[in-house]
Amino acid sequence: MAEVGRGGPHEGLIRDLAADLTPVERLRPPAMRAAAWLGVVGAIAAVLACFSDLSAVAQRLIAAPDMWLAVTGSTLTAGLAAIAAFELSLPDRKPMWALLPAPGVLMWIGASGLGCLRSWLVPGTHDASLAEAKDCFLFIVGLSIPLSVALILMLRRACPLRPGLTAAVGGVAVAAASATLLNFFHPYDAAATDLVVHIVAVTAVVAASRALADRVLEG
Amino acid sequence: MAKRAPDSTDVETDRRWSALMAVAQAGDRNAYERLLRECVPVILRVARRQGVPASRLDDVVQEVLLTVHRARQTYDPARSFVGWLCTISQRRAIDALRRHGRVDRREVHAPLAYEAHCDPAADLAPHRELASRTKVLGSAVAELPAAQREALEHLALMEMSLDEASTMTGRTKGSLKVNLHRALKTLRARLGAGE
Repeated sequence: MAEVGRGGPHEGLIRDLAADLTPVERLRPPAMRAAAWLGVVGAIAAVLACFSDLSAVAQRLIAAPDMWLAVTGSTLTAGLAAIAAFELSLPDRKPMWALLPAPGVLMWIGASGLGCLRSWLVPGTHDASLAEAKDCFLFIVGLSIPLSVALILMLRRACPLRPGLTAAVGGVAVAAASATLLNFFHPYDAAATDLVVHIVAVTAVVAASRALADRVLEG
Repeated sequence: MAKRAPDSTDVETDRRWSALMAVAQAGDRNAYERLLRECVPVILRVARRQGVPASRLDDVVQEVLLTVHRARQTYDPARSFVGWLCTISQRRAIDALRRHGRVDRREVHAPLAYEAHCDPAADLAPHRELASRTKVLGSAVAELPAAQREALEHLALMEMSLDEASTMTGRTKGSLKVNLHRALKTLRARLGAGE
């Protein structure tokens, strides 16, 4: 270690950084930070619940197992993806954390697909029209904006060395949370068009997060 | 690549650096300065292992030091400092290699092309002026009578002696002198009138 004890050509920078040093507050563990963001989602859910017919929502979810399985899947995705995003925002975490939301995503997609199958086989289901599907798209994308802003502000406090991956996983969390909250105002059975619209909306949110990553999360 | 098992010195160093970083997080500048200095060889080692060329090692070190500074609040003293530092160094080395690769794809090393490329800032007006004067003089000489042109070319332009020019042209020295004198007089009159 011949170079220990001196900074070599970096001596000037080292002195500048030391002179610039101010005390910092250590970041809380990623799970706690994810819980704080999910608290924001919970607060929005509480507000939305005030404008929703909760008994109708409960009846609809209980009526078919695929409905509550899909909601459980999207909720699980939001939670796991949020934890993964906060883990990935730390410099020493492995990119494998991006796979954490996979079980939730599989459950969400699987249950939604099952719902589509049910709406084809069972007569008398209420499928969303094109206009209603458009409303679903606007709801998911619209709600994703404030949730993304809150998540980005929290992620920026860390120093993501993989801003693209962190933002994409954060986008999954945001889109899943928005899709979960959509259930307060979604009196339709799962249909292929509805599912496609949801997939397009989630993809748009994830793609937008990924595209803006370098500007908003560069470490 | 097989990982080397950490020996007691590595563990001790890691523990010491972790403690230095913990007090640096609280604002201890001396500890921080010492820690950053001691980190430089580790950063260099990681960057070399990643294949960063020697000419870019200093850039990587500076990037890592800046990242350590920006990310210092993310370090948890319960975890390995060396692991934290090595991950940052590895990432910044990969970033440098990618940046380097992008530049190499866009640019080529062609010193001859550089030499042959005209300098857009160069002032070409004097060269154009000289070329124009040469052209005027050339046409004036071409219009001279053959004997005068011959004397001018041999004595003035080719700088021959009278003897050499006489031998070359078969004319007498007196004839050459007279024709040179007339040629110069004619040129002076034509070029002087043109200005």
